[in-house]
Amino acid sequence: MKPMIISVASGKGGTGKTTIVTNLALALACKMPVQVLDCDVEEPNAHLFLHPEFQEEEEVTLPVPEVDSQKCDGCGQCSEACAFHALAVTGGKVIIFPEICHGCGGCALVCPRGAITEKPHRIGMVAAGRAGKIAFAHGKIDVGNPLAPPVVKAVKKRASREGLTLIDAPPGTSCPVVAAVKDSDFCLLVTEPTPFGLNDLRLAVGMVRELGVPFAVVINRSTLGDLRVERYCRQERIPVLLKIPFDKRYAATYARGKCLVEEFPDWVAAFVGLWQEIERLVAQNARAAGNQR
Amino acid sequence: MKVAITAQGKEMTSSTDPRFGRCQYFVIADTDKSSFTAIANDNLAAGGGVGIATAQALVNHGVEVVLTGNVGPNALRVLQGAGIKVYTTQAPTVQAALQLWQAGGAEPLSQASVGSHFGMNRGGRR
Repeated sequence: MKPMIISVASGKGGTGKTTIVTNLALALACKMPVQVLDCDVEEPNAHLFLHPEFQEEEEVTLPVPEVDSQKCDGCGQCSEACAFHALAVTGGKVIIFPEICHGCGGCALVCPRGAITEKPHRIGMVAAGRAGKIAFAHGKIDVGNPLAPPVVKAVKKRASREGLTLIDAPPGTSCPVVAAVKDSDFCLLVTEPTPFGLNDLRLAVGMVRELGVPFAVVINRSTLGDLRVERYCRQERIPVLLKIPFDKRYAATYARGKCLVEEFPDWVAAFVGLWQEIERLVAQNARAAGNQR
Repeated sequence: MKVAITAQGKEMTSSTDPRFGRCQYFVIADTDKSSFTAIANDNLAAGGGVGIATAQALVNHGVEVVLTGNVGPNALRVLQGAGIKVYTTQAPTVQAALQLWQAGGAEPLSQASVGSHFGMNRGGRR
């Protein structure tokens, strides 16, 4: 098979992204090489269900300015150039705020005296290992650091070039989610049939359309709430590929750190079916794109 | 001496603005000349690092004293780095804040009175 990257995003948090990623991974692991990348770097949780053994760890750093006070004459050009206001100059001295710095290097570029060098500043880490047949990696952002996208990108760098890579995206629709979903071959949007689920689904749909990633919807806890999510998907011609009903036994499975397909083997077929539908839609999309050219 | 007061308008009679980084205007009173000027805060709608940028602007204006409601940690570091004295005030107008400070009634601020991002719409974290 051609290597494929599927991202799983949601808009609203707590709808079941990790449930979909972990069950899809377990259902397919005996059929093809499968990799799980947990890019929800503020609160990664896929490892709680797949129980990987971690073999390696890498630091994620950003290049942050350091000022040579011998060379600096306090001209303030670095502070003026910084789009993120990460530098201030008072009384001929530069004050640096590394937690605000985006590591663009602009300050070092404009400094007329060559007083600025860039030093790596740790913002998080990536850990990688295996959970049985599944290759696994996740990122964790350090407490107090607000900049998630570089950590997300560091996790995605580990995407294997064979088989299926599943990306567990952060909730929401902001930069970290865009970083996670960008460049994937397909995106699954997991939602729930509640007003919040629908509202945030609309936002997420807007985001993936902007990114040009083909997508479909999974409705979790589908027997709760109302029918407005399904009506919305019909109106927008968004395929709904899977519905998981609300069931106390499923919730209990989740609470024990187990996956649906482990305790309810009937679900294996449903997740394999979900994969086949995605494969079909990706192929259809590729043909449509080919026809347009 | 130049005293900057965070304000919601451009006059001495304008209401004070309790936010520092995202205040609407600064009324800068020159106590030696008994005159004042008002500057609009360009950073009001900026994305991030607003306290730092606003503090930098006041440093560049040669301000020596700031009267405001709340100041976050980053802005305070810049202001203190420049030797600017910061006072917290609940006076309703710019005029009243200035008079209170001149009478010695304003409370000096040595540490941040709010956390980062406090002035962003919803009141933020304390």
